Amino acid sequence: MHTEDISILLRNHSFLEDLKPEYIDTILSCASNTYFPDGTKIFSEGEEAKKFYLIRTGKVAIEINGREKGSIRILTLGPGQVLGWSWLVSPYKWHFDAYAIDDVRAVALDGECLRNKCEENHDLGYELIKRFSGILEARLKATRIQLLDVYTKEIK
Amino acid sequence: MNDKNSIKVVDRNAIDGIISLLKSEGFITVGPTLRDKTIIYDEIENTSELPIGWTDEQEAGHYRIKRRNDEALFGYNVGPHSWKKYLFPPKLELFEANKNGKSFEIKTILTDTTKYAFIGVRSCELHAIQIQDKVFNNWQYKDPNYVSLRDRTFIIAVNCTQAGKTCFCASMDTGPRAKKGFDLSITEVINPNEHYFVVESGSDKGEDILSKVETNFATEEQIFKADAEIDSASRNMGRALITDGIKDLLMNNMEHPQWNDVAARCLTCANCTMVCPTCFCNNVEDVNDISGNHTERWRKWDSCFSLDFSKVAGGNFRTSPKARYRQWMTHKLASWIDQFGTSGCVGCGRCITWCPVGIDITKEVKAIQDNPVN
Amino acid sequence: MTFIEGNNPLLPAETNTIITDPMIPNLFTIKKIFWETDDTFTIEIESHDKSSFNFKPGQFNMLYVFGMGESAISICSDPAKNKTILHTIHRVGNVTSKLSQLKKGDTIGVRGPFGSNWDVTKFYGKDVVIVVGGIGLAPLRPAIYSIFKERKKFNRIIILYGARTALDLLYRVELEHWSKTKNVEVLTTIDRGDSSWRGNIGVVTNLFNYIKLDAMNTYSMVCGPEIMMKFSIEELVKLGVEEKNIYLSLERNMKCAIGFCGHCQYTSKFICKDGPVFNYSQVKDIFNLYEV
Repeated sequence: MHTEDISILLRNHSFLEDLKPEYIDTILSCASNTYFPDGTKIFSEGEEAKKFYLIRTGKVAIEINGREKGSIRILTLGPGQVLGWSWLVSPYKWHFDAYAIDDVRAVALDGECLRNKCEENHDLGYELIKRFSGILEARLKATRIQLLDVYTKEIK
Repeated sequence: MNDKNSIKVVDRNAIDGIISLLKSEGFITVGPTLRDKTIIYDEIENTSELPIGWTDEQEAGHYRIKRRNDEALFGYNVGPHSWKKYLFPPKLELFEANKNGKSFEIKTILTDTTKYAFIGVRSCELHAIQIQDKVFNNWQYKDPNYVSLRDRTFIIAVNCTQAGKTCFCASMDTGPRAKKGFDLSITEVINPNEHYFVVESGSDKGEDILSKVETNFATEEQIFKADAEIDSASRNMGRALITDGIKDLLMNNMEHPQWNDVAARCLTCANCTMVCPTCFCNNVEDVNDISGNHTERWRKWDSCFSLDFSKVAGGNFRTSPKARYRQWMTHKLASWIDQFGTSGCVGCGRCITWCPVGIDITKEVKAIQDNPVN
Repeated sequence: MTFIEGNNPLLPAETNTIITDPMIPNLFTIKKIFWETDDTFTIEIESHDKSSFNFKPGQFNMLYVFGMGESAISICSDPAKNKTILHTIHRVGNVTSKLSQLKKGDTIGVRGPFGSNWDVTKFYGKDVVIVVGGIGLAPLRPAIYSIFKERKKFNRIIILYGARTALDLLYRVELEHWSKTKNVEVLTTIDRGDSSWRGNIGVVTNLFNYIKLDAMNTYSMVCGPEIMMKFSIEELVKLGVEEKNIYLSLERNMKCAIGFCGHCQYTSKFICKDGPVFNYSQVKDIFNLYEV
């Protein structure tokens, strides 16, 4: 796919909505278009977190292997959502497993490439961190609500 | 109110006469009487069963009866009982059911048609009765038992000629003078030289009963003395509660630090709700016999201070003492106004007197009034 | 029915009439009882005298089990069908456990219907977003039936439904059926799952990521655990849905359902007769307070 096309995909993804065109241009070289057929394991716990993904279509499941508890599916992500942030924080390793549970089309962004761009241009870095913080906040809030186990009504 | 010409004066014999007339008409006559060093309400046969010559000394968390230096029939204020125990009984059977194969049959309980005559209802209590009328006879539903009892009740009000230290009816505009809602009202005047009762009727039935006992027209002096006694009670209220803007004040201060303060003292014992003449919360319980073939449903007084009160499947909405006290007080003084158009408090002071740790609703309100957060 | 007897001169004439005691249940027969999930079951009931039972979506009944007591349960059947009615019940306490053990042909007591209702006629011409969690789908099902009865009078219908696990999803056949209807989107999500679950996992508010709302033209009905409703309403408001266009159904302890027992008070509201369905703007000021 041509870089112009990827720039359209980037601009159209809600994570990068209203990002200044020059920033899109800056990160364009870190981006690549990817496709994971249904059932693909996108990344595994412990592996180096080289990339993150802007999901365009399809659905990704994040699983945690609870060892004796087996694999537990903790969250699914779909179109418009962002998969992965371990690339952002040292030691850049995935903590969970991710599977495509549908044919998934996404834009992959290379972590190291993006980290370097952000070091060179702190304004870009700040803009991206703000967007990631929003996602982290929403995910943390959702996880905390999940912790409540709101639908359980113990017999007392 | 009657015009001054119809105001009568009677002696104690006439009051006994009224009681026996009521009894002859089938009324159960109930009034204040002394029991276990407390003035309570119970069935009385005649005036000799009233706490003659007794009074009470009340303060926050404090109640003692004391001898008076006269033989007044009504020389005290309200005790731990209120008339709600008759109209809204602490225990009421709702229905019984008996198993019948795969089904069961419901046996209804005949509505209580007892005719009560309440003797010695204070103005605050008249207001309390009228407040409970709105609860149990609301725009949608009627409690048949309450309505039945209430409609049959004959009320003899007694105007307070002294105020207790925990009384604050004057500030609630609920006393001390009984203005409506009675069949007869009595003001007792007693001094070393005279002892008489100024009587007014408030209904045709009251007028009828009064016409059957010996009365005289009250003189202006007698009326003046009676009024002066009531005015004196009004001026000598032990406490006051400022009600201006109280609904918004409390609803806007649901997180006021005072709630934590009172919660640290409150035992959530529910005494205040049991003695309150307007508190109406109740619970329903099932009682089964050992065969499992017969069951009864009973309604019982409940309290918003009990932990189970706000329990639901899977949790409980109000567990902290703070939330439970706040529920009680904001209901009584604020949300009650939205629900029923009046305050739920009549200023009788029972909740103050009978609180084991002496929590004083007037002080709690004032603490928020003096230092509102919002 | 109780009778006020006697003829007392004190008694005003109008009270010498029969007052129906609102605490006495009517007897109903269980026509059907079946499990929806591991801990949730549905009963179909019919009055002993076979009289019809009319109700509005969102209203509830007090169901009485012989010797056990009463439980407030929403009616979950189609309001257009009044010969028999359905209740879907989460088995959580003594009364509901006993109810779950009853058999076809057994008798229960019913008082009702009580409370306010979802008035779907207010949503004519609009998009309707239904956000439900857990057993909260049951009180909303009559509203959904009513909407489908006059489907053309509404615009888009979106149902966002969260449950604990895949096995806890209620009315799966109907959900499937609704989702296949034109201009209807049904999105479900569960809080926890295993690799066999191919649907969404996450809280119900996550589902807002996958829909585009025409917020100014959207009305919403929200029903589920109170905290789930709080987060859902926050999300709706964030997306631009007007507070006055959001409706919710609240739950409190209920003993009488007629405003006598005081248990269900929510500041000045009695959930039993002023609710359970409220417009959000009616209760907004108290909704975010703790322990009310």
